[in-house]
Amino acid sequence: MKLRLQAFRSLGLAVVAALIGAALLAYAMPALAQGSPFGAPPGAGAPSAGLTQWILAQQAQFYRALSSAVTAAKTDGKAAFGLAWLSFLYGIFHAAGPGHGKAVISSYLVADDATMKRGIVLSFAAAIVQAIAAVALVGIAALVLGATAKAMNETVRVLELGAYGVIVLFGLALAWRKGRALLAAWSGRHKADHAAHHHHHDHSHHGHGHGHDHAHDEDCGHSHGPEPAELKGKGWLKRGLTAVIAIGMRPCSGAILVLVFALSQGIFAIGVAATFAMALGTAITVTAIALLAVWGKGIALWLTKRPAGGATLLIYAVEVAAALTIVAFGALLFTGLMASERLFPGG
Amino acid sequence: MRTVQRAALAALFLLAGIAGASAHPHVWVTAKSELVYSPDGKLKEIRHAWTFDEMFSAFAAQGLDTNNDGKLSREELADLAKTNVESLKEFGYFTVSKKGEKPLEFDDPVDYWLEADDKGILTLHFTLPIKSGAPKGGIALEVYDPTYFVSFSLAEGKAISLVGAPAGCAVEAKGPDDSASQANNSESFFAQLNAGSSYGEMFANRITVRCR
Repeated sequence: MKLRLQAFRSLGLAVVAALIGAALLAYAMPALAQGSPFGAPPGAGAPSAGLTQWILAQQAQFYRALSSAVTAAKTDGKAAFGLAWLSFLYGIFHAAGPGHGKAVISSYLVADDATMKRGIVLSFAAAIVQAIAAVALVGIAALVLGATAKAMNETVRVLELGAYGVIVLFGLALAWRKGRALLAAWSGRHKADHAAHHHHHDHSHHGHGHGHDHAHDEDCGHSHGPEPAELKGKGWLKRGLTAVIAIGMRPCSGAILVLVFALSQGIFAIGVAATFAMALGTAITVTAIALLAVWGKGIALWLTKRPAGGATLLIYAVEVAAALTIVAFGALLFTGLMASERLFPGG
Repeated sequence: MRTVQRAALAALFLLAGIAGASAHPHVWVTAKSELVYSPDGKLKEIRHAWTFDEMFSAFAAQGLDTNNDGKLSREELADLAKTNVESLKEFGYFTVSKKGEKPLEFDDPVDYWLEADDKGILTLHFTLPIKSGAPKGGIALEVYDPTYFVSFSLAEGKAISLVGAPAGCAVEAKGPDDSASQANNSESFFAQLNAGSSYGEMFANRITVRCR
């Protein structure tokens, strides 16, 4: 029992560490240091050399531990649990690094109706799809076909181009939908001002709560706006699924490395288990970041609640901007101007 | 106006949730190098021997044991070695002269091959001929990946050695985790911010040849 409690505690600690680590890594370190076209000089939050050295040492140690856990699992079945645990941690920390998953999910949540449930569901679904993609890739290419690393790199390249293309299209569709809503809200407000009718943007004052939902419904009730149901509610799962596939179809390099290494040691099945443990870790970090986006939007709504009409417009504007962020992100990744992840050299 | 300010604040919160990425290595290399001098006292070529980590080695060698004897021969690895050195060109072989010094230019690598030890760990050997830029005698080099995708560290013991160097020359090498170089690193780090260059330089291995 005591052991279990300890396991729980260390799990809790890991989650807290992940949150802190994600925040630290994401904001303290220079954005997009990998192949960034922007040269991205970090802001005032740049880490001291000491901290960086520390991170460097931790990463090296961790990577070695992961590698030797695979070797150990070959002879000792119990070591597989250690490997799964390390993979889980790897997932947590790795997801805090570069990778398009967080950005797409966060942007999507900001652009569409952001709820915690959606943030969690999408993050976990994306991570699981990604794990399946990695297992399928290595399973088919390496295990069945005996493909080389080069061939696998090329496959990943095709997959990621597809993924980035889907992201661009997805962002465009979202921007189109939100753009129409913005226009509708804009013209609706305009008309209303002239007619001195304020009923449609006053609802949040009547103590109904759910401020933004009402705002959507009301403002979109006007002529050219899309149907409310199209803006929120039922469509999200379908749209969310597109995001999940766009993210998940590009397997993560870390998972591929662990899987191929496990395969080379003759313990592919253990590698598969480790990959799913890794996905769980990834999901936790991505969820944490997605929830930041959800709460960020919540705060935005709360802060701008009072001058009702203007706030609604603003929210729409933010949603359009978030959708366009997805487009820009996908386009940069697709054209190779921004590197998400790569495999060594010429990958 | 207040609304706008609040909105700006809110937008910052949102961006904080969206943005953010950082580099971290996927490949770990332990470097061992020889600096070969020509009789005229200039650096002629660099013979690198880069040992990859076990996991990456397994990945890179996947599917290459064509005769299925469980071992990787030089011949089986020949294509990979070729691909590696060719791809490395794009990255300047991760070898540069220290900032402020005359930049080194290299010819294409010669005498390259990969070897695998009994655990399957790969070592890439290649000789990097210097085309131009080598001064007489002393020189300061850095070996690192500016994008920090590949983590380079110096081999234990004598990682860097001199071959045929003029009498009175000695080499010193410092890894990024060497505490002695930390002050330097943080200085150059902030200098880099202005220069708009890569932060990966923090992870540089610094090789200095001094001649009396």
